[in-house]
Amino acid sequence: MAVPGYLEFFIDPSRCIGCQSCVQACSECDTHHGESMIHIEYADRAASTQTVPVVCMHCEQPTCAEVCPADAIKRTADGVVQSARKPRCIACGNCVLACPFGVPELFENQQIMMKCDMCYDRSSVGKKPMCATVCPSQALFFGTRQEILAIRPQSMPTNRFQFGNQTITTRVNVMAPRTKARPPLLDVTAAMDERPKNRTIRLKVVGQGELDPFAEVEI
Amino acid sequence: MATLPTKEIDTIHEFGPHRSAMIRGKTTEEPERLVKTHCCFCGQQCGIQLKVRNNSVIGLEPWEDFPFNRGMLCPKGVKRYLQGSHPDRLKTALARDPSAPGGFRSIPYAEAIEKVASEIKRIQEKYGNGSVGVLGGASLTTEKAYLLGKFARVCLKTPFIDYNGRLCMVSAGAGNKKSFGIDRPTSPWSDLLGTEIIWIAGSNIAECSPITTNYIWQAREQGAKVIIQDPRITPAARTCDLYLPIKPGRDAALFAGVLNLMIEHGWIDREFIAEHTVGFERVEEYCRTWPLARTAEVTGVPERSLREAAELWGTAKTSFFLHARGIEHHSNGVDNVFGTINLVLASGRIGKPKSGYGTIVGQANGQGGREHGQKCDQLPGCRDIFNPEHRKYVASVWGIDEKDMPGPGVDAYEMFRRIEKGEIKALLAMCFNPVVSLPDNTYVARALDMLELFVPIDFFLTETGRHANYVLPGSLHEEDEGTVTQVEGRVIKINRAVDCPGDARRDWLIIGDLAKALGRPKGFTFQSPREIFEELRIASKGGVADYSGITYEKIEENMGVFWPCYSHDPKTGEPIDHPGTPRLFERGSYNPVAKGNGPFYFPDGKARFNVGEYRTPVDDANPDFPYYLTTGRVVSHYLSGTQTRRIGPLVKQYPEPRIEMHPKLAEKLGIADGDWTVCETIRSAITLKAQVVTTIRPDTIFIPYHWPGEKSANRLTVASQDPISRIPQYKVCACRVRKADGPPAYAAVLEPQQ
Repeated sequence: MAVPGYLEFFIDPSRCIGCQSCVQACSECDTHHGESMIHIEYADRAASTQTVPVVCMHCEQPTCAEVCPADAIKRTADGVVQSARKPRCIACGNCVLACPFGVPELFENQQIMMKCDMCYDRSSVGKKPMCATVCPSQALFFGTRQEILAIRPQSMPTNRFQFGNQTITTRVNVMAPRTKARPPLLDVTAAMDERPKNRTIRLKVVGQGELDPFAEVEI
Repeated sequence: MATLPTKEIDTIHEFGPHRSAMIRGKTTEEPERLVKTHCCFCGQQCGIQLKVRNNSVIGLEPWEDFPFNRGMLCPKGVKRYLQGSHPDRLKTALARDPSAPGGFRSIPYAEAIEKVASEIKRIQEKYGNGSVGVLGGASLTTEKAYLLGKFARVCLKTPFIDYNGRLCMVSAGAGNKKSFGIDRPTSPWSDLLGTEIIWIAGSNIAECSPITTNYIWQAREQGAKVIIQDPRITPAARTCDLYLPIKPGRDAALFAGVLNLMIEHGWIDREFIAEHTVGFERVEEYCRTWPLARTAEVTGVPERSLREAAELWGTAKTSFFLHARGIEHHSNGVDNVFGTINLVLASGRIGKPKSGYGTIVGQANGQGGREHGQKCDQLPGCRDIFNPEHRKYVASVWGIDEKDMPGPGVDAYEMFRRIEKGEIKALLAMCFNPVVSLPDNTYVARALDMLELFVPIDFFLTETGRHANYVLPGSLHEEDEGTVTQVEGRVIKINRAVDCPGDARRDWLIIGDLAKALGRPKGFTFQSPREIFEELRIASKGGVADYSGITYEKIEENMGVFWPCYSHDPKTGEPIDHPGTPRLFERGSYNPVAKGNGPFYFPDGKARFNVGEYRTPVDDANPDFPYYLTTGRVVSHYLSGTQTRRIGPLVKQYPEPRIEMHPKLAEKLGIADGDWTVCETIRSAITLKAQVVTTIRPDTIFIPYHWPGEKSANRLTVASQDPISRIPQYKVCACRVRKADGPPAYAAVLEPQQ
């Protein structure tokens, strides 16, 4: 049993509506004891309704595994980085500190680290992960690259990320806008004025220079 | 009756709301079977599969084949399964008893039915048949809604029946009926994909109808522009193409102003207007009184945005207009609906692929629940209780003389005024929690206490139920079967997953038991929901909402059937295997009202323009109460919270209401995020924590309405109603706000959901 290589995970934060359906669905899985493995946070609720859903990015070279002193984190051949192996995990929290995406979580009362394993019980038997199945905005999408390219012409998948000197390639993709996205609305008063004001910052999308390296992403 | 049987906190301790467990047992426990059904929360009616084991719902599995949601669910849909096997579930009948724990004691079901029936008999003999009222709900299956209407009129012989759709769909319903002659969204949601422009007015799609979000996002991927009109930057508005920050209660002015711009620029379809509509001249004349500067001043939306809206909407080739309670919950709610329909009709973009109009249904069966006779002025099939021919037909189906059919009753709020006047002495209620959901709800609670008999049929003891003399234990959604009609007008089937626990009974059996105990069982001896549906098919036949061609089998085979669906061809009268009507008003289509004269449901086949008049809201902001209070939902709760405030994970997601306000207002009032804050209207005051966000107009505050008592937004709201639809004006009233001196007394006593 393995997750077929042609099935990929795509995250599009611009679609996220913060409903937490993914969180509620994730907690239905018994392999992580009713806890949700998804992180969904407001970027800054005082200023925006923007929320950011984060599942495990399933890195090609997982930092969490590299720093694990107990060798408890394994990446299976299908590219899925599995949650900590219970007999090995010593709940030291190294992975929690090291993961650049902030994914692993330490459950002190159970003395184990748990994280998203792409619903291995489902995805390895041909089903979609629970979160991507229920997500009502499809900010979380699971399917083939052909499918996503066909239905999302406005954005493109990227799976390379730069953290300082570390370049990380992941099995999970993030959708970045292809063209200059409209600036998101942050303050009602800006929409009430005759002259609009907005603020955006630009994030570089690594390694996709031929498209639009300066696609605007909301903060 | 005096008042509550005991201290309310004692009732809460005994009957809840308590929170369910966070999950049910071991979630890997294998189910014996999966039952395909639909979520019980909201009018989207997402397909869902319940995992069942040992007569208990133990979990959920998405149903990816159901075409509307294809497995997608909101958090309510994911956790809905936790409402079964709940510690608060009523398993016996209850009788008021101040000496019993919580003020109610269990009594045998048969005894409760006898007692209730004999009390109804006594009251009707003493005060007349009309002294008994019935309240229904739009979360009931269509079978139950139909049966309740029949029960009130045939068995109780009272005109006084109404339902909680009065708080939900009636403005849209009235507006649709007066404009199109039929009350239903025009198109399936699949028509959203490929449209050029989508205008969403007064609908927080992401939280109130989350599944529609993906349709909107997907439409945008395919090139659609999105206009959102709302006093708040809702999650869907955050990235929309044009945001219209409307001042609460000013929607009709905005629609008239935009239509005026479209007329000025020639962005209307004169040919369509001439051929397929009547009444445009009056609307045109009215719109002329809304020049740009005036519209901007009244609505609080800048001129540049109004111009952009007119151009986007006016010049598009395909379009879809969606609206919800944000424009409908007003004392000119029907006018607001006319305003939206006028924009659609003037564009001529209706009854075609990729072009449509629809109101987004709020309640689970908001559509079906309003079509078949639990509304005070309506008979099955969307028939009219004033119409002699309609009365005669339905009377013949029910086997009574037309003369014995009561006339129109009054709306749900007016029923409480009748109770206060002493005209209504007894009330039966099913699926309605007015002590939380009606405006100015302390008045409603006082009125309940003036009744001689109050009997709710329910599965939990609601806040309203605490005022009861007897409570009859009814059925949860998963304990019964039947049909509902979802947001697109698609009739779908709810399937039974488990049996009722203890003495609890399926609601339609309780109605039958009451009819029998009252000595009038004729017409209420149904053995199954299917039998009720078969009668409903006949009762609706020939009405505008014609279900005669729908069968349970047809629904299952086709994953839903769009009404009208005829058993006999309306043109020839020949029996027909009709596929249903996914899209209304297609050119050249035949309907039994127009008889070929045109696509709309009037004898001349033409749609009606109606003036959508702006009127200043009742209880508008004033020097003493300078801000606007508006109310609505949050994503993890549903209506009065009877179910969702009992589901642990949903409570955890959004535990208690907060007062949402802009930092400019907060700064002026010296309030910081998280501060205890008092919101006061002329009626009452409540104290909640503040949430300071830039995503709301600085002159407006927002409070979600799902909580009771001292946390209840509806203590504050105004009981002013639309003159046509009788919908309450929930979406605006005048308020003032100040920092509280300290935490309210309830904070130390009540759990978040209580």
